[in-house]
Amino acid sequence: MKKLVIYLVCEPGTPELAQAAVEGGADIIELGIPFSDPLAEGPTIRLASERALSRGMRTAECLQVIADVRSRVDVPLVPMTYAAILEAWGYDRFVADAQAAGATSSIIVDLPVEEHQEVKRIQLVAPTSTDARIEICSANTDGWLYLVSLTGTTGARSEVSPALAGLVDRVRAKTEKPLYAGFGISTPEHAATVARLADGVVVGSRAVQVAEDGPDALRDYVRSLRTAIDAAS
Amino acid sequence: MTTQTFGVYGGRYVPETLIPALDELTAGWEEAKNDPAFHAELRDLLTNYAGRPTPLTRVERFAPDRRMYLKREDLMHTGAHKINNALGQVVLARRLGKKRIVAETGAGQHGVATATVCARFGLECIVYMGSEDMRRQKPNVERMNLLGAEVRPVEIGTKTLKEATSEAIRDWITNVETTHYLIGSCVGPAPYPELVRDLQRVIGDEAREQILQREGVLPEAVVACVGGGSNAIGMFYGFVEDADVRLVGVEAAGAASLGSGRTGVLHGARSSILADTDGQIADAHSISAGLDYPGVGPEHAALRDSGRAVYLPCTDEEALDAFHRLARTEGIIPALESSHALARALDLDAELIVVCLSGRGDKDLAEVLARR
Ligand SMILES: Cc1ncc(COP(=O)(O)O)c(C=O)c1O
Repeated sequence: MKKLVIYLVCEPGTPELAQAAVEGGADIIELGIPFSDPLAEGPTIRLASERALSRGMRTAECLQVIADVRSRVDVPLVPMTYAAILEAWGYDRFVADAQAAGATSSIIVDLPVEEHQEVKRIQLVAPTSTDARIEICSANTDGWLYLVSLTGTTGARSEVSPALAGLVDRVRAKTEKPLYAGFGISTPEHAATVARLADGVVVGSRAVQVAEDGPDALRDYVRSLRTAIDAAS
Repeated sequence: MTTQTFGVYGGRYVPETLIPALDELTAGWEEAKNDPAFHAELRDLLTNYAGRPTPLTRVERFAPDRRMYLKREDLMHTGAHKINNALGQVVLARRLGKKRIVAETGAGQHGVATATVCARFGLECIVYMGSEDMRRQKPNVERMNLLGAEVRPVEIGTKTLKEATSEAIRDWITNVETTHYLIGSCVGPAPYPELVRDLQRVIGDEAREQILQREGVLPEAVVACVGGGSNAIGMFYGFVEDADVRLVGVEAAGAASLGSGRTGVLHGARSSILADTDGQIADAHSISAGLDYPGVGPEHAALRDSGRAVYLPCTDEEALDAFHRLARTEGIIPALESSHALARALDLDAELIVVCLSGRGDKDLAEVLARR
């Protein structure tokens, strides 16, 4: 069965949202720890991060949210953030505290694979990655590999990136690890298309938008993705 | 591929999408650096298009009690040192086959320099600029438009240089296959800090030769303003091996990334930055758009830690006083950025000083007149 990963920004209301996403059929929840200058994010997640920061969601508060989500759901929780956050908190300390909060692994968007290998994390590869980079990233990834389906920042798009199929082929030739694709995926049709190519589907910006309408809306939305993925695979 | 770092600073903290482009740029720069044809082309442009070498001007009326000289980067084509870097990078970008250039700008000087070199070589040019900076540096926005560049207003956050830089990097992430990111200072992921330094060191190399010719001795101190730090690092590199020459960088008091910052990550590099204890970037404040930035080049952080250079703060008011004083005593209207260096040079306890006059002040007239 293909996996469905849902991204949410850490906010006081996130535990309830995460529970709804899992009820709707999410297999993994990514929990964004907001950073003031997130280079990989398009407008939706950037604005959501700004909002969370203006409400005081700093690293300690986000770790608490992860723990609160943990008490409600059983699926893996993956903190997703930027190197600046770990620089300030301490790399080892972050690993320990995230684990204590119930997190599994992490995604550090701007921390190249060579740096801080003591931080076990899911590596990302992109359409621009050379075969040599793909090899290093897949060898070092913790569990699955995150395929950035397009050359660009996060944000809902009108169609699945035409670059994804070629990227999947190139990565498959290098690794047996599960490949989950994200960036730009927003509709059940997109999710079905991606599920035919990769082992999992990551939905971020659109989930963050729908989450603004509350847990019920998010549960329905995630369920529509789940249904489409299961029908396709 | 190894990543150039400056002690514990530097690195390339960017999304994986950009890593191959940084590798390509690093290799391209290595190749260009060792290619006499590259240097010949750049030298020709700097001399016959942009106006190098720039003079070294003694300012007796501005600083009557000492021997102070100004390195006149304000006389460069487009009015600031920024064109040294823009020309070098555009020649490099052409070697790499890039047809589209993106840049960020604060004061607009780097944007104008980039728009200028893109016009000269027929390249598409997109400049990101905070809307607050577009307001306070309006003449430069008009110049960029005239030169055929597209200025994209950035409405995020403080609407200044930090956000403009983030947006330029996001554009680069999206268009990396066709686009060269022409960064305006010695900041950003490796190899940019080193690349920009190498392209700006012409300031210090010339100044050293000129002061030796004029005075027969090296200066006691060289002084430069520090925003991202490119005119300062260019000036310092001419003298960094001369252990007796003091290297003095001057930061805006409200944007003192070196004086009151902490180690953190911003725009692809670890450096000294204005941030809170959680690593969230803080707002900078300066009357001078070119210094209004919460980060600084990683090499400056290393120079500070080693003690080889010192960094002093300067308030808006002190800079304004120096601005007026240079205009009235010497007939030179300095950029507000450079005015910070002038202000601290005036009270430095040194007899023989070279100050980098990084740019001219035409762009600042509206802002300055509104203050009086
Ligand atoms: C005239 C002038 N000087 C200095 C600066 C600051 O940049 P840097 O510290 O990189 O020299 C700027 C930036 O816009 C500038 O326009």
